Amino acid sequence: MNQPASIVRISGVIKDFTMGKTIVQVLKGIDLEIKAGEYVSIMGPSGSGKTTLFNMIGGLDKPSAGSVFIDEIDISQLDAYELAWLRCRKIGYIFQTFNIIQVMTALENVTLPMVFAGIPDDEARERGMELLDIVGLKKRFLHKPFELSGGQQQRVAIARALANDPAIILADEPTGNLDLATGEEIITLLKMLSRDKEVTIISATHDLKMLNVSDRVIWISDGKIEKIEKREELSISLGQIGDK
Amino acid sequence: MQGKIKPNLPQKQVVLPFKKSVEIAVKSIKSRFFRTLITTMSLILAISFYAYIKVNLDIISSITVSNDKAAIQRLSLQGIEIPGEGRAMELSPQERWILFLSLLVCVVGIVNTQLMAVADRFREIGTMKCLGALDRFILRLFLIEAALQGLIGSALGGAAGALIACLGALVKYGSSIAGLVSLNQILTSVFSAVVLGCLLSIIGVLYPALLAAKMQPVEAMRGRD
Repeated sequence: MNQPASIVRISGVIKDFTMGKTIVQVLKGIDLEIKAGEYVSIMGPSGSGKTTLFNMIGGLDKPSAGSVFIDEIDISQLDAYELAWLRCRKIGYIFQTFNIIQVMTALENVTLPMVFAGIPDDEARERGMELLDIVGLKKRFLHKPFELSGGQQQRVAIARALANDPAIILADEPTGNLDLATGEEIITLLKMLSRDKEVTIISATHDLKMLNVSDRVIWISDGKIEKIEKREELSISLGQIGDK
Repeated sequence: MQGKIKPNLPQKQVVLPFKKSVEIAVKSIKSRFFRTLITTMSLILAISFYAYIKVNLDIISSITVSNDKAAIQRLSLQGIEIPGEGRAMELSPQERWILFLSLLVCVVGIVNTQLMAVADRFREIGTMKCLGALDRFILRLFLIEAALQGLIGSALGGAAGALIACLGALVKYGSSIAGLVSLNQILTSVFSAVVLGCLLSIIGVLYPALLAAKMQPVEAMRGRD
């Protein structure tokens, strides 16, 4: 088999939350495999467990039962240090609210994960400039976040997510706070990165433009996977989504 | 975890060199200058009060242990009780109590403003954790910031308090006392005020910083608060 290795493997994941005396099962046994270089969107209404699953993939939360493997590392086996390392080196995060660190310049934001990874200053600076160049903000490296527009901040966030050559980029509603045109630019940029750098991109989104570029769309409903659609199937059913 | 095979086992730990921590802390103080000023203000006031009382005491005791009859005369004219010949002045219980209260109020004020600051920076802290920061990086950042604020605030406060005490003494007891007062003693008092100020600032930030360090990175993922 010449299949690319799976970068995320989820088997039998169950997640319970205790709310007072009752236990709420948010994820009811999820099996999922995501291959390296895939562009995957997770869709689902709020309360469906979408965010919980998403956090699980990001190593931000641990399952109550079952296991989550990221790059063949079982995250439930990791201690706090190793989890931090995983977040630093293997996963890049992109947030709906950009979350650029306000007190730092664009370049400092991009190089921060490299500082944590122990990369020497000069090398980090050089790499940071390269990444800013890729997202088209090379000239604005000295700008503080408040001097950048929403779209530009999200570009800085994308450059920051790429800082340590992660295997996965997790994007939580990356276009949620952007206008249509800017959102489209961000989506194009993400798509380009997944193609050129072979980064796996996993995003939680409601944005239909996002679905158009996804290799697969995973629909979550009531803590289970309702269906997984490939892009080819998706283009047919897109009309239906719009009708809903 | 014995016997478990962990392929691609994380080899390297995440790091944050001390120099970088200081750099980030300084940046954070600079760009939140107004907030820092408010946090530091209560420290400046409390420490200047402490330094004023201490230096005042230094001056009075230097006069009382001296044999300058004219200066001692002026002291008693100001209503200051002179202890027995050759004995040093001490703070009255009331003065001690007021000093203690002012320092206590200062610490409570610092805890309060630092809690606000932490709440303000929840997303920033969560983001840093998503980028790989450990609990102790966050703790260290807050402690360094507090130490710097403490150093600057109490240096300003100590200097102001000592200056006011000295000027006041010159006006009240005449310029002839200048020769009686030991500069060393005053500097020691100011130094103790600065050390105390740093300590208070760090004590005040401990609980808020622990809260911040314990925060889950998931918080950064949540939408607007």
